Amino acid sequence: MRVLVAMSGGVDSSVAAALMTQAGHDVVGVTLKLWSGPDGEMPTAGCCTLSDSEDARRVAATLGIPYYVLDYTEEFKDGVVERFVGDYASGRTPNPCIECNRTVKFDRLLSRLPEFDCDLLVTGHHARVIDCGGVWELRRGTDRAKDQSYVLSMLTQRELAVTRFPVGEMTKADVRRIAADLGLRTAHKPESMDICFVGQGDYRGFLRKTAPEAFVPGSIVDTTGEVVGRHDGVADFTIGQRRGLGVAVGEPRYVVDIDPTTSTVVIGPRRHLRVGTVGLRDVTFTDAPVEGGVTVQYRAHGEVVPAVLAGSTLVFEEPQEGVAPGQTVAFYADDTVLGGGVIASTGR
Amino acid sequence: MIYLDHAATTPMRPGVWDAMAPFAGERFGNPSGIHGVSRRAKDALEEARERVAARLGAKPSEIVFTSGGTESDNLAIKGAAMSGGSRRGVVTVATEHEAVLSSVEFLERLGHPVRRVGVDHNGLVDPQELVDAIDETTAVVSVMAVNNETGVTQDVVRLARLVAEQRPAVLFHTDAIQAHPTPGLLTDDLHLLSLSAHKFGGPKGSGVLFVRDGVRLEPVIHGGGQEAGRRSGTTDVAAAVGFATALDLAAEDHSRFVATVGGIRDDFEKLVADAIPDLVINGGDAPRSPQHSNLRIPGVRNESLLIRLDRAGVAASAGSACQSGAPSVSHVLAAMGLTREQVRESVRFSFGWTTTQDEAREAAGILVDAVEALR
Repeated sequence: MRVLVAMSGGVDSSVAAALMTQAGHDVVGVTLKLWSGPDGEMPTAGCCTLSDSEDARRVAATLGIPYYVLDYTEEFKDGVVERFVGDYASGRTPNPCIECNRTVKFDRLLSRLPEFDCDLLVTGHHARVIDCGGVWELRRGTDRAKDQSYVLSMLTQRELAVTRFPVGEMTKADVRRIAADLGLRTAHKPESMDICFVGQGDYRGFLRKTAPEAFVPGSIVDTTGEVVGRHDGVADFTIGQRRGLGVAVGEPRYVVDIDPTTSTVVIGPRRHLRVGTVGLRDVTFTDAPVEGGVTVQYRAHGEVVPAVLAGSTLVFEEPQEGVAPGQTVAFYADDTVLGGGVIASTGR
Repeated sequence: MIYLDHAATTPMRPGVWDAMAPFAGERFGNPSGIHGVSRRAKDALEEARERVAARLGAKPSEIVFTSGGTESDNLAIKGAAMSGGSRRGVVTVATEHEAVLSSVEFLERLGHPVRRVGVDHNGLVDPQELVDAIDETTAVVSVMAVNNETGVTQDVVRLARLVAEQRPAVLFHTDAIQAHPTPGLLTDDLHLLSLSAHKFGGPKGSGVLFVRDGVRLEPVIHGGGQEAGRRSGTTDVAAAVGFATALDLAAEDHSRFVATVGGIRDDFEKLVADAIPDLVINGGDAPRSPQHSNLRIPGVRNESLLIRLDRAGVAASAGSACQSGAPSVSHVLAAMGLTREQVRESVRFSFGWTTTQDEAREAAGILVDAVEALR
């Protein structure tokens, strides 16, 4: 088969490309140029940060496969970065990696398979796509600690039919061992934990530079509405946040609500964080729509809890804390992803 | 692989590498020294300088060897603007190479007066507009002979004459890096002229700046005062010999090159235009170098087309690329009035001394197939 491998310059996608090559496929490697400056700076001239794409290029050369850099900076800026900024300005907590998967990788890039005469898109995600007799199931990665099925929960049959995640079958240790055995330069490369366009800095600093208009000073109030402090803008806060409130009171206080229209941040005791129901938007299912009892994950690397799904409403069996609008909820049955949606609203 | 990216670089002409090799081997000496080993290197360096001067119609003292075209442009522009006179300004054209434009931007940041003259939809500068942009602050005017992306050829001889007549106190620099070196390239009205060896069959990392005798120029690279103080650093004798050898070979091949390569290019464009009726040749109505063909194919993104061509065995380019290899948006085509979308539909094919008619015809067929597949 002819396979297009999205290579980030990390060890996982390097090994994904290597496995496809070893399996005898005709492989083309690509790196998506998503952002134009180091440390999240907007570019004044020249190009993207080169070191990651240079690693990918060198791995492709080692594997003997053709390699290209594809320019997705405009799509990324419009579809991911502006949404990220807008979400924070609106008091939501976005997950830009999921938006990037949704709008760039598994939409724009996937749609270009015919252009490359390729049958499949391969990435280095830790998840699995299993052929279950005509239905493609999305499952958690074998290495549960590295599982990335949560950020892929928006995929449907259309994408799953032409997508594979070869390293999802193995542990991270195995991935690194294979990379080392093949002499790939990315074998011992540390994992990137940062949001790619924010870089190593704090995302709030990025927001201040990118969207100063999102920082409208306002009041911090308690749950009775009494003003207990001031803040520089709602984008500095996320639901469940405890630090940096600048308010000294006896019992620990958390951000329990954010109202961007009045630029008000509401703080309260921990019990006010408890959320029983969630209103979802952009709900998708990997195959047929599902209703009733499911298990759900509502933040990256969060625990899995039982809930009942009815249309776009989700009811937790036990109320949960730290459920933030803007975050994605992934629905599971054991290790199989059933679908997902984005938290639009929360209720007690 | 059919190589149609000769404007990026072209293979070395036969004999060039052999001529250079002794200076990486037994004649390794540093030309600045008093002993025999140095003298043998120095002899070769000065002989190379004389050969280059003779080919260009210059004096040996007017030839400065540099590390390439970019350095030559930097030295010409920064050197002229920073030479200490009361005139510190630069006038240039919007479609110049980045080596010129970035040098001009640098000077602008330092407070030098700078003007950039636009071009018409054919990529040509208006002569009077250029002259009018020059004032009493202007030290140097820089206009490239042949554009690297489109091949559009400015009438530098005429422009330099006009400037000499109407603004005689100003230096005229031309970036002639994309021009196939011809005997008529260097006229009396030009003060500074940049060349790069690897564009005409010499080695990379080897350039020349012609500096007319008497022109004051502040060096960009300071140090031991080599190249008559114009360019410090131990001179690369092998690179200089490679430059001179390639220049001789290219000059001797000039008539054949213009006729044959130009014919192959015209034939290629006709074949493609017959199959793709809405094809646009960027700069097609202007005088062009025989090597360049910048084609706009409506509805086909250049990134997709270039990858498909590479997969099918044809090497072409978008004219300008960023370091990662992804096409960047061309300031040249934008200055000619193309929209962002039109710029992204534009691809450069450039033909060279090794290109055969059969190769070019095969490439035209592959291009037409690729366009059909992408449309």
